[in-house]
Amino acid sequence: METVRETLTSPIFKNNPIALQILGVCSALAVTSSLQVTLVMCVALTSVTAFSNLGVSLIRKHIPGSIRIIVQMIIIASLVIVVDQLLKAYAYGISKQLSVFVGLIITNCIVMGRAEAFAMKNPPLPSFLDGIGNGLGYSVVLISVAVVRELFGAGKLMGFDILPVVTEGGWYIPNGLLLLPPSAFFLIGGFIWILRSVKTDQVEKPDFKLSKHTVAREGV
Amino acid sequence: MSSNDSISKTLIVAFSLCIVCSVVVSTAAVVLKPAQEANQSLDRKRNILSAAGMLEEGASVEEQFAQMTTRVVDLRTGKFTDEVDPASYDQRSAAKDSSMSDKLSTDEDIAKVFRREHYALVYLAEGADGDIDKIILPIHGYGLWGTLYGFIALEGDANTVAGIGFYEHKETPGLGGEVDNPRWKSLWQGKQVYKDGEMELSVIKGTVDPGANNAEYQVDGLAGATLTTRGVSNLVEFWLGENGFEPFLNNLKSGEA
Repeated sequence: METVRETLTSPIFKNNPIALQILGVCSALAVTSSLQVTLVMCVALTSVTAFSNLGVSLIRKHIPGSIRIIVQMIIIASLVIVVDQLLKAYAYGISKQLSVFVGLIITNCIVMGRAEAFAMKNPPLPSFLDGIGNGLGYSVVLISVAVVRELFGAGKLMGFDILPVVTEGGWYIPNGLLLLPPSAFFLIGGFIWILRSVKTDQVEKPDFKLSKHTVAREGV
Repeated sequence: MSSNDSISKTLIVAFSLCIVCSVVVSTAAVVLKPAQEANQSLDRKRNILSAAGMLEEGASVEEQFAQMTTRVVDLRTGKFTDEVDPASYDQRSAAKDSSMSDKLSTDEDIAKVFRREHYALVYLAEGADGDIDKIILPIHGYGLWGTLYGFIALEGDANTVAGIGFYEHKETPGLGGEVDNPRWKSLWQGKQVYKDGEMELSVIKGTVDPGANNAEYQVDGLAGATLTTRGVSNLVEFWLGENGFEPFLNNLKSGEA
């Protein structure tokens, strides 16, 4: 029981795929300008990661080493297409906003990384939970970024007005930068900073140290 | 584990996986297709209604749309035609098809649409007395990052703007993306299009001076989005101009459409 919980919760803060492993950042930049879209993206990615882990794990003993990456890709790609079709059928408005980014889940390093690193070596149930856990870890970062971006960039949350903006007769001047993808870089950077200040064991050791300046006369 | 790497095992795994995955994917595609198509057409109808300012929240989009007539206009003659079936005609793919569209010269092509399709779908809403109440025309053109697609609605006099709306664009959120802002869209209502038979409506840079001569032919530009503003102005000028719907609107006014 302890390991189940461990598998599920450790990716959320302790081993967060975005904050610690810096994987899957591209979609975090692109889809976080509105919270509603972000939530759908999180559900899509979590389910793809969970089911691709399950699928890969089920046939892990039969996957030839020479084509294992291709096998993983086929499973992931099929799942992504199914998710994309489901969104188009049942959440059309949001699928239009997510547009190409649902398809890009295929290339999301988290999905592929978990399939290769975890599902290839573990039984189906823990793999499935690991997929959900990593999906949640991704979601935590995305949702916090999206809340900040939508609230301060557009004065709204989930499309409801929270801070009345000037263009619609309120007092809040929205920060347009937050609606543009680069702002997510700053926010994710801030998230990582806070996380590593709290959990100091996540701070990486420096690869090298600058040596002291050589004395001036050596250069003469 | 080494047996997994034999050629026959590799082929068997690869083939069976492909078959299983293709069955899953094609099942999903076939089963969900009706729902997706319904969504697409619903979305298009909603856009048309909202451009006309006729969309009422809560009421069924299908029912509201059923009050409109869809007609095909031949843009070369400016008259109604029955050459194509409005239910199956796809205007956006026709604009790319060389047999269904004409290439525009650089002078004509102010909205950077490149090719103009021969046929366009227009939507007419009829008032209680049978007269045309609103005319909804499809418009598109290049903004800053990509093509904007939308509709402009005119009142029954074919001269007063009833509304405008874009259902697809790639403009910068918060700047050019403000083309979706309801407050900006409401500025279009009541503007005039033709002045002495000439297309006059434009989006200007900055704010319209209400006392100016041409105030009723001008719409405020979007602050911080000069290129989007110019794009919208150009595409409206193109589609309501002589290469767009102007001949059709003239025919409609004189009853010859």
